[in-house]
Amino acid sequence: MREGALSKKVSRFCMYAFLIVASFISVFPLYWAFISSCNNTQQILGGRMIPSTHLMENLTNLFAQQDVWRAMKNSFATTLLQVVLSLAVSSIAGYGFEIYHDKYKDRVMGILMLAMMVPFVAVLVPLFQMFSKAGLLNSWVGFFLPSLATPFLIMYFRNSARTFPKDTIEAARIDGLNEFQIFIKMFIPMMKPTYAAAATITFMNAWNSYLWPKVIMQTPDATTMPMLVSNLMGGYVIDYGVVMAGVTLCSLPTVIIFFILQKSFTNGVAGAVK
Amino acid sequence: MTNATPAPKKKHRFWSMERKQSAAGWAFLTPATLMIFVFSFYPMVQAFLTSLKRGMPTALTYCDPLWRNYQRMLSDKVFVQSVSNTLTYLIIQVPIMLVLAVIFATLLNNKDLKFRGLFRTCIFLPCATGLVAYSMIFRTLFTYDGMVNAVLTNIGILSEPINWLNDPFYAKFVIIVGLVWRWTGYNMIFYLSGMQSIDYSIYEAARIDGANQFRQLINITIPLLKPIILVTAIMSTNGTLQLFDESVNLTRGGPANMTITMSHYIYNTMFTKNPNFGYAAAMSFVILIMVAVLSAIQTKVGDKR
Repeated sequence: MREGALSKKVSRFCMYAFLIVASFISVFPLYWAFISSCNNTQQILGGRMIPSTHLMENLTNLFAQQDVWRAMKNSFATTLLQVVLSLAVSSIAGYGFEIYHDKYKDRVMGILMLAMMVPFVAVLVPLFQMFSKAGLLNSWVGFFLPSLATPFLIMYFRNSARTFPKDTIEAARIDGLNEFQIFIKMFIPMMKPTYAAAATITFMNAWNSYLWPKVIMQTPDATTMPMLVSNLMGGYVIDYGVVMAGVTLCSLPTVIIFFILQKSFTNGVAGAVK
Repeated sequence: MTNATPAPKKKHRFWSMERKQSAAGWAFLTPATLMIFVFSFYPMVQAFLTSLKRGMPTALTYCDPLWRNYQRMLSDKVFVQSVSNTLTYLIIQVPIMLVLAVIFATLLNNKDLKFRGLFRTCIFLPCATGLVAYSMIFRTLFTYDGMVNAVLTNIGILSEPINWLNDPFYAKFVIIVGLVWRWTGYNMIFYLSGMQSIDYSIYEAARIDGANQFRQLINITIPLLKPIILVTAIMSTNGTLQLFDESVNLTRGGPANMTITMSHYIYNTMFTKNPNFGYAAAMSFVILIMVAVLSAIQTKVGDKR
């Protein structure tokens, strides 16, 4: 019996050790990036693990080298627009597919799901030509338009619409609400956690979007935060303090949103999985 | 007995209740559906047509022979290298990541684990970083005079620093490490969610029957998680085949294109001094075929067993 107890203790210890190492490895790069934004280049390359006093200096250099305000403005504007519009379009579509489902709608849904298989790279060239002809290069609209409706979000909202009680809909109809009003006044308020999770995912995807913005934003005016950060490594002599300051600045919004909405995000994924 | 009043006739109006509601449903789903057709399906057709053409972007003409771009791909050393790189990442990184994700999810599914929420948050945290951001961080960590070399040589694991980013083998290694770091938590959350719906009593019964943790994992958890594992496998395959941000920012395509991915090469073909949209479209169509084939294979394998 003692042997069994000992081996159990050992395996428990190993398990905790494993998880602690994994957690450390997961968190360390972010911690290090933040610390490094307070250090200068020599300290960073030397492997310094605690913050020094160069934060203001790095930030000043960063703002001097690149138009950070403009990139921030572009990123925030396009991201927020994408979140609001994407959620509006996808949630009502998911609601429509589920609440009013018949075999025709199900077939359409099946076709849309095929779109998930289409790698973005495959449509990159024609999309670029399309937006070029439409004069939408370098515009916010051009930035988020292709990604507004994603099969993933539609499916996600359709799954959550399954849990929307039919009695509520019937009662609302009897009360004289039309279908659209039912969606706005009853579905949306009831599904706040779902919207929160979807908003988090969409925010992160939109904010970190790199390939498409890189393709469609051709002038320095139209740059976004990820593109700005990418450009920091351009020159021959790299000021790593500035780079890390840029990286931290770029990551701050998504990390903050992550922590705020973390609970609803993990619950929301549970909903999508079901 | 006669029944004086006949049964009431159903009113024959076109816009009956069901029709109105169904129409509303169609109205609701139309904007999104239209967008997907315009921005996903229609461009696919365009991509195929463009892949048969050549010339400057503003003056594309059909190739002679039609499949000239596709022929060119086979003898294009860089394209072949990019395919080889991308497949290397796929074959090595995806299995490692998914196995790790299952292990973490299993460990974290244990109600008696202390600091469960903290571990979960930590392992999931990398997903909050942007791809560009984490690529830069890893690039800085792994430069020749960077932190990783400093630490490893000080501890004594390395006798001299490795030139991570300029060595064809180690550069790929860094990308794979980065990908595993970034995406394991994401897949772990999917598995954790799936495990929530597995009844705890099944594990209890198995333990009474004498099954240890490992057997429980193999014979209970994994079979029950099969649909989710399939979904994550397809998503990961899809994502890795389209790898772009890391190739551009972490290794810049690596020493002499030794880490460049297909998407990166396609981007380069589109935006150089002599853009070749037809060729780029052909290459991207090849990626589409690869994704479709691999997804079909994985679905078949997932369903059969």
